[in-house]
Amino acid sequence: MIYDYLAELTGSGILAAIISSFIPLTFVLLFALFAVWLERKVSAHMQDRLGPMRTGWHGATQTIADILKLLQKEDIVASDTDKKLFNIAPFLVFAGSYAAFAAIPFSSTYIGSNLDLGLLFIIAASSIVVAGILMAGWASNNKYSLLGAMRSAAQIISYEIPTVLVILSIIMITGTLNLATLSEWQTGYFWNWLILGGPGLSVGKFLLIPFMFSSFLIMYTSTLAEVNRTPFDIPEAESELVAGYHTEYSGIKFAMFFLAEYANMYAVSAIVTAIFLGGYQSPIGYLGNLLGISWLVPVEQFFWFAAKGIFFVFVQMWLRWTLPRLRVDQLMAVCWKYLIPIAFVNLIIVGLITLL
Amino acid sequence: MIQYFKNIYSALSTIAIGMKITFKHLFVPAVTIQYPDVKPQLPERERNRLYVNIEDCIGCDQCARACPVSCISIETVKSIPGEDLGKTSQGKKKALWVTKFDIDIAKCCYCQLCVFPCPTECIYMTDVYEFSEYERENLVYDFVNLTKPEREQKKINYAQFEAEKATQKAAAPVAPKVEAKPVPPVENSEAK
Repeated sequence: MIYDYLAELTGSGILAAIISSFIPLTFVLLFALFAVWLERKVSAHMQDRLGPMRTGWHGATQTIADILKLLQKEDIVASDTDKKLFNIAPFLVFAGSYAAFAAIPFSSTYIGSNLDLGLLFIIAASSIVVAGILMAGWASNNKYSLLGAMRSAAQIISYEIPTVLVILSIIMITGTLNLATLSEWQTGYFWNWLILGGPGLSVGKFLLIPFMFSSFLIMYTSTLAEVNRTPFDIPEAESELVAGYHTEYSGIKFAMFFLAEYANMYAVSAIVTAIFLGGYQSPIGYLGNLLGISWLVPVEQFFWFAAKGIFFVFVQMWLRWTLPRLRVDQLMAVCWKYLIPIAFVNLIIVGLITLL
Repeated sequence: MIQYFKNIYSALSTIAIGMKITFKHLFVPAVTIQYPDVKPQLPERERNRLYVNIEDCIGCDQCARACPVSCISIETVKSIPGEDLGKTSQGKKKALWVTKFDIDIAKCCYCQLCVFPCPTECIYMTDVYEFSEYERENLVYDFVNLTKPEREQKKINYAQFEAEKATQKAAAPVAPKVEAKPVPPVENSEAK
């Protein structure tokens, strides 16, 4: 474990904990740098455009230029805003999305906090995001911000239900909420992943496969809604609400919202990966084991974890540039009429299968 | 109930179709032209900035008269005998000094009507389209190849010639034409 190594290196548990807690932050910042660029390139190429081309190779340093621009911008706080809440909100939103990273295992040697209730913690921590968004919307004293915040809150709370129902069915199969144990449980090759029924070769595994696929779809859809991405982007619908809850923000605070959005995107992709696709497990075995180099295995695990997460982030972008935005009533219909009943049926059937 | 499952099926299948299309477009070459680096292919007979090849201009003023927005202004001075103005590329003899050939390109409407009447084909549309300026005055193009003092000199020369002709006429109304050579040929302004 990296924490133990750091503790040995620095000779102090507290210092090791502090350094260890900044590791996901570095990852999130680097990921946001990459993902913003990727989003722009993906969107551009899907529309037969080129996207940023003038900063480095195919605009590779475009995000750095954007960040420098945002840092230089004036931090505008309108006179009628509730200053305290207005100033806290972006950091609270980012703190909420960053808290989720504490329980995400990046490899077998790194997990911020090996919580036994990891999944529950992530769901609880991501609710802070709702509080932050509501705060931002209310404190802005702007009708569009408030509307965006209300929509966001309604949406996130509704879509947490199918997420939790799917997680419940996962608990029935694996008997754990600990993401590290969950990832460890799916070790081996890709046919041991939960989306293919988990490890072992029983009848239950094959019976589980279709229900795991539907669980996966429900989970992915509802997490997509929780991070306010298209087609569920009504909280920040540009054509209706200017920019939703972050309309009034500028400069570094706007950047915080942006960073939180990308951190959230990765966080939910990581959770979906950890639950259904074996987390950091390699689908095809490790080069480190083959060559007998033990330190290579965690590096490979990190590579697989990042690759799977980024693939799902790519799918989120892909969906964003494919689907139009849902109406508010359609949004609620998708959740309450389709996802939740199916998730319930799924839960019952998965329960019956695990009883076998 | 059947409708319910049909809805789910149509939602998933249409999403799949849409995603297939966008994925295909991910690999379709972009239609973007990287403008300042790569210039777009313009049509063969495009009409952009006007250009006057002043070497060929005989100062006939036909383009200025054809212009619907009066953006061309030409002034000419007759040459005095003995001055050699050279020939146009088509072999026409030039007889007028062009002392002013201004085109206010800000007014130009790119109709190309000035191009057709030109007898020597010296005014034409080029493919240059990047000529924005910070000052409006800079958009008035001066095509004359004489310097400012030279232009003045031509005018003075002609005025002198006219004056002398008038005095000669007054002195000897039946004077032969041979004597009409009072001023030595002036090519450049250093003569005066």
